[in-house]
Amino acid sequence: MGKPTGFIEFKREKQPYRPVEERTQDWRQVMLPWPTETLKRQGARCMDCGVPFCHRGCPLGNIIPDWNDLVYRDRWRDAIERLHATNNFPEFTGTACPAPCEGSCVLGINDDPVTIKAIELAIVEHAFEAGWIRPEPPTVRTGKKVAVIGSGPAGLAAAQQLNRAGHWVTVFERADRIGGLLRYGIPEFKLEKRVLDRRLDQLQKEEIQFRANANVGVNVPVEELRREFDAILLAGGATTPRDLKIPGRELRGIHFAMEYLTLQNQRCQGDVIPDEAFITANGKRVVIIGGGDTGADCLGTAHRHGALSVHQFELLPRPPDTRAAENPWPQWPVIFRTSSAHEEGGIREFSVATTSFSGENGQVTKLHAHRVEITAENGRMSFKPILGTEFEMEVDLVLLAMGFLGPDRNGLLDELGVKLTERGNVWRDENWMTSVPGVFTAGDMQRGQSLIVWAIAEGRSAAHGIDRHLMGSSNLPAPLP
Amino acid sequence: MIEETDTVSTTPYGNPPRQGLYDPTYEHDACGVGFVVDIKGRKSHTVIQQALTVLKNLLHRGACGSEPNTGDGAGVLIQMPHVFLARECGQIGITLPAPGHYGAGLVFLPTDPSQTAKCQAIFEEIILEEGQTLLGWRDVPTDDSPIGPSARAAKPVFKQIFIGRNPAILDDRTFEQKLYIIRKQVEHVVYRSTLPQRTLFYIPSLSSNTLVYKGMLIGDQIEATFPDITDPAVESALALVHQRFSTNTFPSWPLAHPYRYMAHNGEINTLRGNINWMRAREALCESELLPDLKRIFPIVLEGGSDSAIFDNVLEFLVMGGRPLPHAILMMIPEAWSGHESMGEERKAFYEYHGCLMEPWDGPASIAFTDGTVIGAVLDRNGLRPSRYYVTKDGMVVMASEVGVLDIPPENVLIKERLHPGRIFLVDTAQGRIIDDAELKHAFAAEHPYQEWLQQHLVPLEELPAPPHVHEPDHETVLQRQQLFGYTHEDLRLLLAPMALKGEEPVGSMGNDASLAVLSDRPRLLYDYFQQLFAQVTNPPLDAIREELVTQMATTIGPERNLLKPEPESCRQIKLKTPVLDNEELARIRYVDLPGFRSITLPMLFSVAEGGSGLDQALQELCRKASQAIADGYTFLILSDRGVCKELAPIPALLATAGVHHHLVREGTRTRVGLIIESGEPREVHHAALLIGYGAGAINPYLAFETLDDMIHEGLLPGLDHKKAVKHYIKALNKGVLKVISKMGISTIQSYRGAQIFEAIGLNKAFVDRCFTWTASRIGGIGIDVVAEEVILRHRRAFPERPVGQPELEWGGEYQWRRDGEHHLFNPETISKLQYSTRTGQYTIFKEYAEMINDHNTNLCTLRGLFDLKCGDQPIPLEEVEPVESILKRFATGAMSYGSISQEAHETLAIAMNRLGARSNTGEGGEDSARFTPDSNGDWRRSAIKQVASGRFGVTSEYLTNATDIQIKMAQGSKPGEGGQLPGAKVYPWIAKVRHSTPGVGLISPPPHHDIYSIEDLKQLIHDLKNSNPTARIHVKLVAEVGVGTIAAGVAKAFSDVVLISGHDGGTGASPLGSIKHAGLPWELGLAETQQVLVMNKLRDRIVVQVDGQMKTGRDVVIAALLGAEEYGFSTAPLVVMGCIMMRVCHLNTCPVGVATQDPELRKNFTGKPEYVENFFRFIAREVRELMAQLGFRTMDDMIGRMDRLEMRKAIEHWKARGLDYSSILYCPEMGAEVAIRKVQDQNHGLEQSLDMTTLVPRCLPALERREPVSLHLPIRNVNRTVGTILGYEVTRRYGGEGLPDDMIRIRFTGAAGQSFGAFIPRGITLILEGDANDYLGKGLSGGKIIAFPSREATFVPEENILVGNVVLYGATKGEVYLRGIAGERFAVRNSGAHAVVEGVGDHGCEYMTGGRVVVIGGTGRNFAAGMSGGVAYVLDETGDFKNRCNLSMVDIEPLSADEDIEEVQELLRRHLRYTGSTVADRLLRNWQATEAKFVKVIAKDYKRAMKALKRAEAEGISWEQAVMAGAHG
Repeated sequence: MGKPTGFIEFKREKQPYRPVEERTQDWRQVMLPWPTETLKRQGARCMDCGVPFCHRGCPLGNIIPDWNDLVYRDRWRDAIERLHATNNFPEFTGTACPAPCEGSCVLGINDDPVTIKAIELAIVEHAFEAGWIRPEPPTVRTGKKVAVIGSGPAGLAAAQQLNRAGHWVTVFERADRIGGLLRYGIPEFKLEKRVLDRRLDQLQKEEIQFRANANVGVNVPVEELRREFDAILLAGGATTPRDLKIPGRELRGIHFAMEYLTLQNQRCQGDVIPDEAFITANGKRVVIIGGGDTGADCLGTAHRHGALSVHQFELLPRPPDTRAAENPWPQWPVIFRTSSAHEEGGIREFSVATTSFSGENGQVTKLHAHRVEITAENGRMSFKPILGTEFEMEVDLVLLAMGFLGPDRNGLLDELGVKLTERGNVWRDENWMTSVPGVFTAGDMQRGQSLIVWAIAEGRSAAHGIDRHLMGSSNLPAPLP
Repeated sequence: MIEETDTVSTTPYGNPPRQGLYDPTYEHDACGVGFVVDIKGRKSHTVIQQALTVLKNLLHRGACGSEPNTGDGAGVLIQMPHVFLARECGQIGITLPAPGHYGAGLVFLPTDPSQTAKCQAIFEEIILEEGQTLLGWRDVPTDDSPIGPSARAAKPVFKQIFIGRNPAILDDRTFEQKLYIIRKQVEHVVYRSTLPQRTLFYIPSLSSNTLVYKGMLIGDQIEATFPDITDPAVESALALVHQRFSTNTFPSWPLAHPYRYMAHNGEINTLRGNINWMRAREALCESELLPDLKRIFPIVLEGGSDSAIFDNVLEFLVMGGRPLPHAILMMIPEAWSGHESMGEERKAFYEYHGCLMEPWDGPASIAFTDGTVIGAVLDRNGLRPSRYYVTKDGMVVMASEVGVLDIPPENVLIKERLHPGRIFLVDTAQGRIIDDAELKHAFAAEHPYQEWLQQHLVPLEELPAPPHVHEPDHETVLQRQQLFGYTHEDLRLLLAPMALKGEEPVGSMGNDASLAVLSDRPRLLYDYFQQLFAQVTNPPLDAIREELVTQMATTIGPERNLLKPEPESCRQIKLKTPVLDNEELARIRYVDLPGFRSITLPMLFSVAEGGSGLDQALQELCRKASQAIADGYTFLILSDRGVCKELAPIPALLATAGVHHHLVREGTRTRVGLIIESGEPREVHHAALLIGYGAGAINPYLAFETLDDMIHEGLLPGLDHKKAVKHYIKALNKGVLKVISKMGISTIQSYRGAQIFEAIGLNKAFVDRCFTWTASRIGGIGIDVVAEEVILRHRRAFPERPVGQPELEWGGEYQWRRDGEHHLFNPETISKLQYSTRTGQYTIFKEYAEMINDHNTNLCTLRGLFDLKCGDQPIPLEEVEPVESILKRFATGAMSYGSISQEAHETLAIAMNRLGARSNTGEGGEDSARFTPDSNGDWRRSAIKQVASGRFGVTSEYLTNATDIQIKMAQGSKPGEGGQLPGAKVYPWIAKVRHSTPGVGLISPPPHHDIYSIEDLKQLIHDLKNSNPTARIHVKLVAEVGVGTIAAGVAKAFSDVVLISGHDGGTGASPLGSIKHAGLPWELGLAETQQVLVMNKLRDRIVVQVDGQMKTGRDVVIAALLGAEEYGFSTAPLVVMGCIMMRVCHLNTCPVGVATQDPELRKNFTGKPEYVENFFRFIAREVRELMAQLGFRTMDDMIGRMDRLEMRKAIEHWKARGLDYSSILYCPEMGAEVAIRKVQDQNHGLEQSLDMTTLVPRCLPALERREPVSLHLPIRNVNRTVGTILGYEVTRRYGGEGLPDDMIRIRFTGAAGQSFGAFIPRGITLILEGDANDYLGKGLSGGKIIAFPSREATFVPEENILVGNVVLYGATKGEVYLRGIAGERFAVRNSGAHAVVEGVGDHGCEYMTGGRVVVIGGTGRNFAAGMSGGVAYVLDETGDFKNRCNLSMVDIEPLSADEDIEEVQELLRRHLRYTGSTVADRLLRNWQATEAKFVKVIAKDYKRAMKALKRAEAEGISWEQAVMAGAHG
């Protein structure tokens, strides 16, 4: 490997962001590209481990040490090939993955981990710029047809894999544009949609068919699909948001995060949405309930809207700054993290449970809450109110970012009659097939709410299962069992 | 008449048949050898008596088995005692004709009278058929009362046969040949018969000149057993004697030496190849002297020891018309190719004969005689001691040691030794000694060899340029890489470093990946073979530092009649290396010269036809090969160019071995050269295997194309195609040389076809057919699965439906990859193990253990496929012996302070000491500050002190502070290899404990230079036991086929513990090829050891320890059931302390501070003794739980209970399902009285030593009261290791400081035994008047040794040998003054002693790291090889010293600096004062002249360090800092 002593000589550097005061004025991506020399140095920090825990930590099984080294040695073309061998869309993960690989990086035992994610992104950006990422349509067509329902990362990954194996693939998307959460869930300042379009362009040129506004089970009959396609992949995501069923929930000004984020994303793409149909935080006192990434996305969006104040509430206590004893390496480090949105302002509150909303004229004006402490009884966690900590807060806009409960069961799933798991996700067998023969599933729809990287890995694995189902054997990789 | 059995299935040699893992093929022996001869040929009984005395004085070089009175074998060869025989025969009515007109011989016969009679009848019939007369049989009087029960039980009936010469035979030689033909035929008929006792039959000799008496005896039993020999009428002018030390104790009368023409101390490493080549050559042999040769074939009687087989061939050559010494020189040529001063005439002699026969390679001191001449020869590297005296009254006494016969000093004319590769001959007919030069000149001048070579032997580069050379084809490289199973790792980790550096790459942390037969992935056939290596019974050699004995150049082409040398016999092509580039191959392919014709045969099979297609294609290939030979082709090129969508390659190894064996069987192999043109081979291991199974040359074309591709992609910066290929071939050559040298083989020619491998996971039928004679002991896959593996790769290369970009596989062999090979240590197991031991959670440890033990999903190790037979008698956990007592059986492995950090090393020691278990120093010494416990009660001392080949820090104090002393014969990660610690890693604190200089690199030689054989090991065990009589002595071996017999030898050599290491262990840096491909899993080695020790009734006296990737309690239980009492762990405790298997130990960049000396990185170490304690307690808990399930209350009950293991049933795995563990689980059928675990201690016999009887009691005033003591005592060669226990007593009382200089002065007169003054500390001075054997001053630790010839001697001291080989090995301090010449390897690995000597043999000051040596006489070749420190001052009288000095690491300078001059003068003054040296006197008197002749030999490394020291003084910085700055450059 390039530099055995790199990790001793170089320290981890921080991904450069545009200045807060500048970036909150627009919707463009907050991250700045790194100078090549810096990246090479950061790549040199990789220790080329005998047992690369990062490679295990990544659901896709990205061969991280290999491309770290290639970057160090300025071999970008090889790097993108090595990267694409395990990951269809490094630009998505390089942007929006929380990077479990870095959490399990061996260098993280007693130093800061390698900046794997930034290197990944740089490799793919470099490749796009150099024009190396071109359509790779298959040389042989099998004549088999596969329908992929859902155009999020799982569906797109599966589509590309299946297409490369020679099948004709059609992707169905109920929204007006292709991309799923990539399109409407993730704010523009985190993932500019041109990045998505750039990749979709490749997919289209590889002869994958896309059908937007095609809600299978609603405006596209399920039977039609069953008739026309040899296999169907359900990759519709986990779209049912978790609700907060407390008094006052029905008041105006309380929205699910996804409603809020989608509207802004539509505007960003030039859709004309009248103000009355839009949700804005402009001049408002905003409370986001839910301390996760979606909450942070709302936070960043709210600041860009010009909110008066923004609070983000989390039920769980504040994580420690460094790993707790019961959270050893190489587990995902549960530590206090500050995202780019957090840098831009807002107040984060932990151990807060919201108990009710109150309002005037049907519009929410107040939020009532108290602090909680966490207790464990018989291994089950519960949150106990701490007496005397009740408080209330003036609020104009409440955004619920508390996660998702699973796939939308109405329509498609009901009609297909697929078996569900106890948690309400779609059940699958070891070949990624649902209880209905020929119908497969991948992504959040079967896994429950998760990360992009898992979605891509699932899409790839399901593609292997489908290919094998159709052809008897498959040479497609299957990163997940 | 007698019925014939189908094959020669039984042999005369009396070993038990193959059973379990025991195979008689792997027995070894070594020994003491000697002869006495009257130069003028005067016969006397005295000569015989003297020879028998010699034998008695060599008893310690032999061995006894479980019975003290059953020896391994002894015998004597004398001239035909005509007077005696005529008298005896007369008494029984046989009239003997004149000497020379009858033949006689001792015959071993069956004990059953009817079978005796049948054998006699066969004999008589054949005598008649051959036209000779039976004169009669004589019952040989014997007395078996002194011999042990085992020997007695196996004893045959003895008769002498007398055969009268047909008067038609006019000359003696023809009669001798007739007797030979008779004997060979009789042997064949009897051994092919169905007589139940045919194995008792044996003819020790049948000759008109010589007579042999021998048997399964101890040297002092011969006279009693064969009273004949004591009769004064038995007279001879010469007598050859031998005392055997075999590695086992199975009764065998025939395997005693001498054989018909020779007695041997040594071992033939290339035996299997030599046998096969001999077999192959038979068809081409013809001789007018020996008509109808078929009657006597096969020449080699299988089943014999290497010596017996050597004798078979030697005899054949002599009978075929070559003089005995000539035949010897053919079989054991000296190292000629790289010899700087050998004449062309002699080189031509050797080169020519090299075209006829490969060397029989291995350490050997061979004494030979035909009854008229008697002589001795030493192997090319001088690996056996052979000393001789010539007396003034015309006698020569030659033996492995001096002092074996009392000869008054004034009667000694010359004292000499055999030099490496030299021959020594006494011709009693001529009545004179013929020296090496005269003899060799006589043979070399016999024919115009130079001319013959010039005419017929063609160097490859002189062949005409070929019309076409294959060029790389980039379009298809990737596809073909896929087809041949290339991975990214192959490119990145193997090929790239080979091309860039010209060296095989290095890795660390052993091998925890799946065995090939257990892997889910298709593996190359090479992966099913493991390299064998030398340990104990023969030494590996150092191909780097002792390169002068090696030879990679070879010839290829047709051979001719071995018995009829002609000019055309050398019509071959001469290759500089067996690896050919494309152009070189093309030269051979298109050769168009008389006597040469090439044909290329496709090595391909049809994919569509699968397994049977491969099988048929192989048969077809063999058929085509035969046809080509019949058509007169002389070079067969097997080629897999031409692979395509339909055709897959036959694995090159399969094709090579298959065709080679087919042609050997057919008797045509030697008519052609076999060349392999294949895309498959790429690593060193591949090349070694192809050559080892018969390839004469290989062309790894796809590797070349891959390099080319890598250049185009910019992966090999700075290289062009030519350079990359050159480096790569160099790396392959170096690697192959290393592989062969691991086995002690020095020439590639001898290695070719020698099959020094063991297979794991190939079934018997397959091996017998294609890899005949290769050990493969647990069955496995056959040709069908091999085909399946090829087809899987083929499918990847030619997919029916390509998906995306074609990509190479990742590999994952060397570094874990998710889709790659399974590793036991992977992210899950590492993190669980660390978490559980840090937090003390046994439940999490159990999760870890289950992941390791669960082999349902991932097969990895052999033990994984065992099931414990729990039975229905579980017992409550409380009844099982407690954790505390189980812990005592645990040890951590040998990891040196230097390879791991101080923090890690001491953490292990503290933890193990707290547990009452044992940690191991590893090879690297130990800081004496650790010898006393810390104030908090913790003890940082390692209980086990390792003694390895580098002897770093092995001082009297170190040994005295040991609980156990471990001799490392081999280590799992790189058995048969040495090590190297580059200067940049020799930090000051490391240098301190290794007694070396900071910043100066250190080398551990591949062999222990005091162990070239089993009797040497016995000697070292004895030395170490003397150095600390309270310590247990371990011998650490690595598992390979035959390790059981070696372990038996180790038990007989009085080791207290034998450690069997698995191949997969190892934490330090090793070549990747060695980590992966050398040695075997411990399961096999341990089971074999247990079986052979029990069969030999030796298990009772030795503890068996096992290690190698032990990870769980289940591993321990399996090891116990297979026979181990103690268990070692290395990798797992490192992981517990924080190791995350980075595998960069060799780079010093360990990020967790475990395996690094970098002070910054060491700060990252977070391990604690408590974690390690938790680990071992957890292991013990798991053991207890399993014991409860098995129903064992104590560990002792469990040891050796193989019956409680079984192989898992119904294995579905596509490869593993063919495995069969029955040989592992075999229990030898012995009586209940035969122990299966250790129940008694070894008897080391220290109480009879001179130290215990005399020295220690008489030195008590000094020991107890520090009063001076002075003694004067006689000494004999049987007094071995004199002064060492006394030294221990000093050190025990006074520590490393010892006593004041010269407080104890002991003066000896006589010939001192081996290891005189070993390890003696300061305060002891030993003065020897007389001479000494090998290893004088071994490990000298501050004492003083002075030796000079007897005052009565009249010879010139500086012209005669005074002391033996390997003097001052590993000395750390002290002084030695020797008035006379020393043998080979003087002051090897000296790190601090000062010595003056008047001449040294080859390899003087080898690997020296410190101290001063003054040589005021001649020096042998290869002086200062590997020397990295200290200074040697050499008197270069002839001005040609630099030719004999190995300049790769040292500079030669004039003696100029004042301090140098002062130093030399002072040492000479002392030498003069102590020894009375006239040389020293002369030199000092004429100092001006002297000074000009002296040169100073100084290591470059050392000089740099010294320079830094001066700079430091000048600049006022710490000199250690300055040195390290220099070393780090």
